[in-house]
Amino acid sequence: MRKLQFHPCGNYSETYEKEITLFETDFGRAAVLIGLIVLFAVVPFITGPYALYVVNIIGITSIAAIGLNILVGFTGQISLGHGAFVGVGAYAGAIMATTLSLPFWIAVPAAGLVTALVGMVFGVPSLRLKGLYLTIATLAGQFIIEYILVHWEGLTRGTMGIVLPSASLFGIVIEGDRSFFFVIFTALIIMTLAAANIMRTRYGRAFIAIRDNDRAAEGMGIPIFRYKLLAFAVSSFYAGFAGALLAYYMISISTEPFNLGLSVEYLAMIIIGGMGSIAGSIFGATFITVLNEVLRWLTDFLMNSGMLEGMQLNMAPLRELVFGAAIVLFILFEPRGLAEVWRIVRSSFRLWPFSY
Amino acid sequence: MEFFVQLLVNGISIGFLYGLAAMGFVMIFKSSSVLNFAHGELLAAGAFIFLTLVTWAKIPVFVAFLVTLAGSFLLGFIVERLFLRPLIGEPLIYVIMLTVGLASIFKGLMLLVWGGNLYIYPDFLPSTISLQWGNINIPPVYVVAIIIGLFFLTLFGLFFKYSSQGIYMRSVADNQTASLSLGVNVRRVFALSWAIAALVAGMSGIVLGIINGINVHDLSSVGLKVFPVVILGGLDSIGGAILGGLIIGLLETFTGGYLSPSLRDVIPYIALVFILMVKPYGLFGLVEIERV
Repeated sequence: MRKLQFHPCGNYSETYEKEITLFETDFGRAAVLIGLIVLFAVVPFITGPYALYVVNIIGITSIAAIGLNILVGFTGQISLGHGAFVGVGAYAGAIMATTLSLPFWIAVPAAGLVTALVGMVFGVPSLRLKGLYLTIATLAGQFIIEYILVHWEGLTRGTMGIVLPSASLFGIVIEGDRSFFFVIFTALIIMTLAAANIMRTRYGRAFIAIRDNDRAAEGMGIPIFRYKLLAFAVSSFYAGFAGALLAYYMISISTEPFNLGLSVEYLAMIIIGGMGSIAGSIFGATFITVLNEVLRWLTDFLMNSGMLEGMQLNMAPLRELVFGAAIVLFILFEPRGLAEVWRIVRSSFRLWPFSY
Repeated sequence: MEFFVQLLVNGISIGFLYGLAAMGFVMIFKSSSVLNFAHGELLAAGAFIFLTLVTWAKIPVFVAFLVTLAGSFLLGFIVERLFLRPLIGEPLIYVIMLTVGLASIFKGLMLLVWGGNLYIYPDFLPSTISLQWGNINIPPVYVVAIIIGLFFLTLFGLFFKYSSQGIYMRSVADNQTASLSLGVNVRRVFALSWAIAALVAGMSGIVLGIINGINVHDLSSVGLKVFPVVILGGLDSIGGAILGGLIIGLLETFTGGYLSPSLRDVIPYIALVFILMVKPYGLFGLVEIERV
């Protein structure tokens, strides 16, 4: 048996393989394994239905947030249309499940592929545009997709929404929060591993090169346009996959949730979580989802306690306010997000009695 | 024919308002290259300050107008000082997201204070300044909007061409490092441009409020309409903002009048995509030649 590896007190990588390894130490690998066991064997059985619902939403949101982080955090192309792409995925999944009556395990990845194609269409402007101009193009994409979802009634049934049949996998009908938990989190783990591994390949390194300096990347022979399109496609695939899962989980979908606000929420997730960090996407998705739920609970509490009798306080302004404050405070004080906080905490433990 | 002319007049009037709203946006972009997603909220803030002064504090309209302008100026100054200044030199996405977060904060605050209701100003514009040709009627507000638009267009044109502050602003926009080394006070330029932009935004907010009524959601969505306008006109051209506003306003009213009312709100963005594909730097924008 080879020697167990613990954290060295410095960077002693001698080969590139060592540099890009997923787990630097056996300790990290063991911690992740234990975490996964706890996640699958304990969490679904001790949580109530509401808590499990929140956990499931976190799982779905994390998939979409990882997708956005690949595009924004790793490739450096700011997109304000991610919410619409999640919507495209949800509708693609719903249409495939109802009109085409495809099974669950085909409909969800296929919805991802459809969304990837749509994402590539909106990535085409990146041929000529960069930076601010591309951001504005994706903003336009958000509005155009929203319009199509509402007004192409033959396909999307407009504002009526679509009701999905229940999902089934390998002959087992997936119903209720607990069975969805296993599906969602299996998908999340596969998607997380895939993303982490994409970033270790030449594609991932090309993305990072484009982010850091697009001119230099072009000079080194990276076909920028092709890779930007690829980043759009991968990112939209994640969004579409998450959207289709969400559609199945929610049973019925309508166009309302997939507005600009959702796109901004996803951007907030990756900023709060940490850009260019896959774990950060999950942290951010957790933070925002929990924040939303806490605010909803708080508003209900304030309304019911009667303390604010006569004041027309509702969910929206409080949510907007706290949400904006979270974004602004993170950008001003911890621009690298929760992933950086997590790294600092970890390294202070690792270096513990001799931190200097 | 009459329908056509009425649409034309409406389009031009709405277009002037968009242009007016876009002017403040261009101010900020021109000096600090920041895309301001909180512009619609600055508009709404101006409209609400004016509303409070006129209806609640019952200050005479003209004084209230001046106080609102001063308040907006101060607001822009504070926003720049507190939030934008620490981010000088940070990557683009942080600055963009900061303005998105600010938009959210402003919107939440305004909803908390004034709620999501629709308010209207008391009628104070004299009806004598409305224009009338045959059956075509231009209400007084639009006349005021056009006058204000032309006034500020000239003012900014002169400001950027002749005043030293204006020249500083142009130099900062052109090359931040070079102007720093030549002794331009870049921070003051940023602060001033935000303050002026907020002032213009507040004023356009009042004019928009007179026409459509004052509602947080409506006014802040105008902030997003500004994007097609400025892209069409060129992100850093004040005159382009007005012309872009006119074109987008006409496009919107004609689509709403002849094609379908539901397409009206999305047509500016469809146009935006085409403009970006064909002429990304707009009609009058500065072309940065860079091929990657």
